[in-house]
Amino acid sequence: MMHEPATHPLLSPPAKLVVSGVSKTFHTNRTTVHALDNVSLTVGEGEFVCLVGPSGCGKSTLLDIVAGLTKADSGTVMADDQPVQGPGRHRLVMFQESALFPWLTVLGNVLFGLKLKPELSPSERLEIAHEHLKLVGLTKFTHSNVHELSGGMKQRVALARSLAPDPRVLLMDEPLAALDALTRDQLYSDIQRIWQTRNKTIVLVTHNVREAVCLGDRVVLLSPHPGRIRAEFAIPLPRPRDINGAELAGYAREITSALKGYITSEDAE
Amino acid sequence: MRRALNATMFFAVLLLIWQLAVSSGRWSPVLLPGPRSVLEYLMSAAHDGTLAEACWVTLRRLLIGYAIGLLLGLPLGLLTSTSHFFEDTLGSLALGLQTLPSVCWIPLALLWFGQTETAMLFVVIMGTMWSVLIATDTGARSISPIYARAARTMGSEGLHQWTRVIIPASLPYLVSGMKQGWAFAWRSLMAAEIYVTILTGFGLGHLLHYGRELSAMDQVIGIMGVIVAIGLVADKLLFSPWERFLHRRWGTGLKQG
Repeated sequence: MMHEPATHPLLSPPAKLVVSGVSKTFHTNRTTVHALDNVSLTVGEGEFVCLVGPSGCGKSTLLDIVAGLTKADSGTVMADDQPVQGPGRHRLVMFQESALFPWLTVLGNVLFGLKLKPELSPSERLEIAHEHLKLVGLTKFTHSNVHELSGGMKQRVALARSLAPDPRVLLMDEPLAALDALTRDQLYSDIQRIWQTRNKTIVLVTHNVREAVCLGDRVVLLSPHPGRIRAEFAIPLPRPRDINGAELAGYAREITSALKGYITSEDAE
Repeated sequence: MRRALNATMFFAVLLLIWQLAVSSGRWSPVLLPGPRSVLEYLMSAAHDGTLAEACWVTLRRLLIGYAIGLLLGLPLGLLTSTSHFFEDTLGSLALGLQTLPSVCWIPLALLWFGQTETAMLFVVIMGTMWSVLIATDTGARSISPIYARAARTMGSEGLHQWTRVIIPASLPYLVSGMKQGWAFAWRSLMAAEIYVTILTGFGLGHLLHYGRELSAMDQVIGIMGVIVAIGLVADKLLFSPWERFLHRRWGTGLKQG
């Protein structure tokens, strides 16, 4: 690993994820969709892995299965040698559209997961919540309502909400897809900074190759119909990475052409 | 300030037109009493205590019946929203009964309970419960599934998920359902009070009814005014705070400028 170990002594260590032979089929009235076909993947402790692929390649389904929100038809997911059987507080998901709760303030949202940890006292919860709002740079908006925030600020709150309960794995489902380019660039550096200080295992799903190269230690390429892992690319670039860097663009080009190859070959079949 | 002035002017003009119509002498004062005689009736009714007594009797029936209707409608609506079995059975029943004008419950209530307070409460409860049930059901179904998913990954399950996620998320629907339930309860109670004499208490509806019997138009118009006023005050006290909260939090209903 290239990054520093956890700097905060109280934080829980990152977890190792082992996905083996996972398949998932969705049945609708007319069609059967093979979302995932015998997918295996190992994510090391504190590793940042990005799953990339065109829509329909099952990357979000894979993330849901790792989260425990969806059950696989076959295969297993192990988090630190424990089988994943349902959603758990150690694997938090940050969703594409802001899943912030509109009936709570910014602070209320960040406190939501903390209130489900009975070992914390109310004052500890408040302290942790404030600390995380500071981490994402939103101290000023502690008491704001969700609808008063911009899209980028909402996703920062979502990040704070996911990090505050101190999960061992953070699963991100296209968290930046709905944001404008400038806001996204800012969040790339924020996510890298936060990941380096917090040392979490992160799995991020995206269809943006550059984003994957910018953030990931490793980029995993999936192709659709049925969803399969086609290739893996290690990204040994130093951090923090600039989304507009030349070396980064080189990797992105390589992955994009590989991706195109799989899509066209699939279409030809 | 300007809006308050507009409202005041509007009602002043209405009163003026009313007074002019009365002064023109085209209509018999028995059928169209002036604002002044209506006010005199209200003053005397307030003075001898009949008005306060009637308001109290009516509001007591309304509030108790409404509260029971809510207590039944809310959980049953949550139940029908979660299970196909209850949706197909209780849900269908509720949908059918909600379309039944609540006045139609009065004959049944009288036969079952006689001319009693229970009959009055029953009519109010039937007016409230079904529409609250339907609104709760709709609300719980309409919330974005992503809220429940996010909550589940944070460890929220079962009762916690109901009280902290599903109910708050459907609050906009619940409040409009409660408001509709209130309107139905109010209408059904007035119908019941005009229709039946309950010896345990004379409500506003009875005063209205006696006004007709005695051809006391000042009483009829005065009591109608009181009923409208109670409706407005209830709306301001019971629902406006909720609606303001919803608008503030959800960012809905914000006017430009």
